[in-house]
Amino acid sequence: MNTELIGVIGIFILTIILAIPVGKYIAKVFTGNKTLLDPIFNPIEKFIFKISGINPAEEMNWKQHLKALLSINMAWFFLCFFILLFQGSLPLNPDNNPSMTPDLAFNTAISFLVNCDLQHYSGESGVSYLSQMVLMFLQFVSAGVGIAAAAMVFTAMKERTTDKLGNFYNYFVKSCTRILLPLSVIVATALVFSGTPMTFEGKDAITTLQGDHVEVSRGPAAAFIAIKHIGTNGGGFFGANSTHPLENPTYFTNAVELWAQMIVPFAMIFALGFFLNKRKFSYIIFGVMTVGFLLLVIPTISSEINGNPAIAKMGIAQTTGAMEGKEVRFGPAISGFWSIATTVISTGSVNSMHDSAMPISGAMQLLAMMVNAFYGGCGVGYLNFYIFIILAVFISGLMVGRTPEFLGKKIEAREVKIAAFIAILHPLLILAGTALASYFAANDTAMGYWFSGNATGWLNNPGNHGFSEMLYEYTSSAANNGSGFEGLGDNNPFWNITTGIVLLLSRFIPIIGPLAIAGLLAGKKYIPESAGTLKTDTSIFGIMIFAVIAIIAALSFFPALALGPLAEFFTLK
Amino acid sequence: MKSIFSILKLTAVTFILLAVIYPLAIYAIAQVAPNQGKGETISVKGKVVGYQKIGQKFDKSNYFWGRPSAVDYNAAGSAGSNKGPSNAEYLALVQKRIDTLLLVHPYLKKSDIPADMVTASGSGLDPNVSPQGALIQVKRVAKERKLDEAKVKALVESKINSAVVGPETVNVLELNVAVDSLR
Repeated sequence: MNTELIGVIGIFILTIILAIPVGKYIAKVFTGNKTLLDPIFNPIEKFIFKISGINPAEEMNWKQHLKALLSINMAWFFLCFFILLFQGSLPLNPDNNPSMTPDLAFNTAISFLVNCDLQHYSGESGVSYLSQMVLMFLQFVSAGVGIAAAAMVFTAMKERTTDKLGNFYNYFVKSCTRILLPLSVIVATALVFSGTPMTFEGKDAITTLQGDHVEVSRGPAAAFIAIKHIGTNGGGFFGANSTHPLENPTYFTNAVELWAQMIVPFAMIFALGFFLNKRKFSYIIFGVMTVGFLLLVIPTISSEINGNPAIAKMGIAQTTGAMEGKEVRFGPAISGFWSIATTVISTGSVNSMHDSAMPISGAMQLLAMMVNAFYGGCGVGYLNFYIFIILAVFISGLMVGRTPEFLGKKIEAREVKIAAFIAILHPLLILAGTALASYFAANDTAMGYWFSGNATGWLNNPGNHGFSEMLYEYTSSAANNGSGFEGLGDNNPFWNITTGIVLLLSRFIPIIGPLAIAGLLAGKKYIPESAGTLKTDTSIFGIMIFAVIAIIAALSFFPALALGPLAEFFTLK
Repeated sequence: MKSIFSILKLTAVTFILLAVIYPLAIYAIAQVAPNQGKGETISVKGKVVGYQKIGQKFDKSNYFWGRPSAVDYNAAGSAGSNKGPSNAEYLALVQKRIDTLLLVHPYLKKSDIPADMVTASGSGLDPNVSPQGALIQVKRVAKERKLDEAKVKALVESKINSAVVGPETVNVLELNVAVDSLR
């Protein structure tokens, strides 16, 4: 047990240490400074821009950034939607998997487009290898879009007055080629040598040792799993995601995949410090996030190690902790750690089944996604946190009776309205969705087209836990996370369409908002720092941000948590 | 209009780099990896009996058994049970598994049984059990095969994988292949 905790602490610390040089590198990529990889990537990018007829040096304002971002996403949606819809008759389908229904294709295309990867299908039987390639493409570019949006906000935060905020395509392409691609190659190589398959041969039929006939799914998994984590996507190649012994074969690959999902979000925070030359500011942000993360991780690991009290009553030994939905090679400590890492970071890959986690762990996983700003996904994690910074600056300003300023720019009504709208949107989407689904489940409504049978049919567990399943699904969608309480019967028009809409709104509005705020602030007059300026790189301001986050998350979500996991916790006692 | 074509061309060229060249590069690297990236297999007398990393079903009494599986070790798919910790139906199932284990291994006390032997894994394909999960089955397997119990126990102990960090595991397929060759 002790070595398991050492494993957890070791991986966490190693990731933080490595995130600093990676952050420095990311900052260099966006400032255009020289890096070691220039000789490889300069010609590749030159070629990409030449073919596409894009001038990467053309400066854009924030509205042009948004227009480029939204239109390219639209093109990707249609590409993916139609390939999934017709995959059964398209090439690269050795297992003869069928085409998707329109509602499933809609949900799948959106969820990969928005970096969520809520998978309502099972990888082995639900998609062809061609579709896996298209989905892998979206895993790269959706992360690239997130990083590019963050890069624009970084640029806008510089101390000057301008509407020239760099070129979206330049940021986007460089995010893909210089950040996501090299890291993915490293991770995929580590996986391939640890036993993850990378083959285009289909299923293998074997006779087992005791004489049963069984088919074993394989596929080009290693490349897919690497970007699934580096891009904080989380969409698994196999149905069971990273619990699957080919997707995550050993304790070592588990460490690599954990590192892979944490490295870019960690590094982005440090990159901000290097980019603006405000290292202390980035350390404060990182500190606030880490405190929040640890507050979620510690209760989770401890409740998983202690095991299920209901099973303890049966008199068996739970020296290895709670094992339902967990793999022996990982054990409860690192599984608990992973479950929080993947929910704060919006990866949504799992190495244990969250539906079977202890109630306190379930509450922490939900809370991680409800806050959705501790580290966060590729690029968008910082954008979510940026909203809380603006709100904290505004509230601090009111407390001392001065017009709030942030990095030399006045925060006025328009920016605060946008920030408040976005802060409220997240709970609204989650709670409204859950309320709707719970209403049907409570009345056991016959759902007609939307679901075959009555509404309680989609639950895999009764009582409070059943409520948690529905709450988790909308929380995961609104946080663009993609993990699930997978017992929920979610492949039907009701869940495919409602979560699809939540996914769209909660991806693009929280990108549009911070881009607009940053763009508006960048255009304002720069006011040099004076004695009365609110210092944003102090621990007091860090506490202020933390308080804003805690109040917004706790007040809006506590009732829902009380009905779900907390009630279950007390019934288990 | 020009910008739409730019977007389509950018999509096409990045697609080729990220979804064609990148996986092919990893595929090329895989050719020097164990079993060329097709998954490592275990063979007995030249015949493949399973994948080293994929658990398989053992329910005959002369073999060591693995963990309960929500997909009955059908490796064409994968899934956990997704049962919540307070689900009464699920807890009754766990109780039934405990009773079955006690019935087949009458020499066991309840507190000898480790949790992993009565709970389903996340993937349904867990290739491992905990060392305790294998050790409690030694007496049964030795009796069925008319082998010396101490010899079987020593074999299990030799098959415990312990790393510097992380839990100790026993690969059930490897253990059973080894027990088959025990005289």
